[in-house]
Amino acid sequence: MMSASQPSFAPALNAAIQRAMVGVNAIANLHRLSGGASQETWSFDALTGDQILPLVLRRAPGGALVQRSVTAVSLATEARVIRLAEAARVPVPPVPYVLQDSDELGPGYIMGRIEGETIARKILRDPEYAAARPKLARQCGEILALIHGIGKSQLGELRVVTPKAQFEQYRSIYDGYDYPHPVFEVAFKWLEGRIPEPRELTLVHGDFRNGNLMIGQDGVRAVLDWELTHIGDPAEDLGWICVNSWRFGETHKVVGGFGDVSELLAGYAGAGGAGMTAERVKFWEVFGTLKWGIMCMTMYQAFALGSDRSVERAAIGRRSSETEIDLVNLLYPKAPAP
Amino acid sequence: MMDQPSATEILTAVREFIEKHAMPELTGRTAFHARVAANAIAIIVRELDQGDRANVAEQLRLEQLLQRKGNLAELNRELCRRLRTNELAIDDAGLSRHLTLTTLAKVAIDQPNYSGLLHSPHRPD
Repeated sequence: MMSASQPSFAPALNAAIQRAMVGVNAIANLHRLSGGASQETWSFDALTGDQILPLVLRRAPGGALVQRSVTAVSLATEARVIRLAEAARVPVPPVPYVLQDSDELGPGYIMGRIEGETIARKILRDPEYAAARPKLARQCGEILALIHGIGKSQLGELRVVTPKAQFEQYRSIYDGYDYPHPVFEVAFKWLEGRIPEPRELTLVHGDFRNGNLMIGQDGVRAVLDWELTHIGDPAEDLGWICVNSWRFGETHKVVGGFGDVSELLAGYAGAGGAGMTAERVKFWEVFGTLKWGIMCMTMYQAFALGSDRSVERAAIGRRSSETEIDLVNLLYPKAPAP
Repeated sequence: MMDQPSATEILTAVREFIEKHAMPELTGRTAFHARVAANAIAIIVRELDQGDRANVAEQLRLEQLLQRKGNLAELNRELCRRLRTNELAIDDAGLSRHLTLTTLAKVAIDQPNYSGLLHSPHRPD
């Protein structure tokens, strides 16, 4: 099944899968899906005598023990949280195997390959998803309530990020760039006076938005990309999916470009999520908008400091202003006097 | 005075070359970066056209708001300082008007089709 064009780790993966999964006698169709600074993903099939199991390998780039960004959890932790989410009935890809040192593939895990669409523009516009779209905001609320309901005692070691700590983290990143953005200053000031008390911190997905949701004609099939998971204010996840940049042009549908906050909240409450309000969500929508603006500055820094000289890293600095207009629209909702 | 073509004309030729001739021959990541490059050139063309006017208007508003003179960088730093120290309140009417107009002008250069601009309640009709 292995051809000459296979990546060099293919034999090690083949051996690991045969050790780990009963009945598998070969792997096939191994190909790269995506890659980033913190992880790479590969699609492949595991073959038993009469079955084809569609799988995905998610591992460290080049199988190396690279330092992930301070906000990302280890791949082993990611796998552990996905398994807890699955047990809590959150739609996630099953994780049949976590790589061991003896596999010689580096840190990572194997997950089921779920069929569906993650590209927001298709999900929001293609007729194929027309029946799913009206259900999505409520489903997102339900799913988030399940994630936030996972008992903290089960979670093991996970970073706790209070709203105040996250506020200070982004303030310090912004200050570090030493470039004036008066709209960001206004947003920091608005948020500073409204930072929630760290009353009930829960498991938080940390990047719950279009792009990380696998959607089918029936609705949400899987929540992906758990690398930013942490313990924090549950409202953070509800606010992040409302950030206008994740609505991909469908501005009037506040939740991900497909629904309203009232549907998100109804789904959340219906699935047992307590005490969530539009006001709490708005804090994190404003925070998330500011955060994405600062992340654009950060990505530009990779260009400016020479670590990534691509035109894409350079140009993304000019996307900061999209978050500035969103912040102006959020914080100054009425038109200014002429 | 530079000879013809103007900077805008040269950049437009480069953008058209990328879009009409280079991109059809590219695939994958390289095609994506070519699209980004064409978009980046479009930003510069809009900045050449609108940037000076936007900067002058922003500077005049800042001088009025802060009651002092200075260049754009100095004035923006001073505005940030006053916001941080609460010398200027975020609900100040002059401030919100200034930031609204400045941001509309910035996004019109960076991303004129951005939904947050197209649907902004502040957008002049």
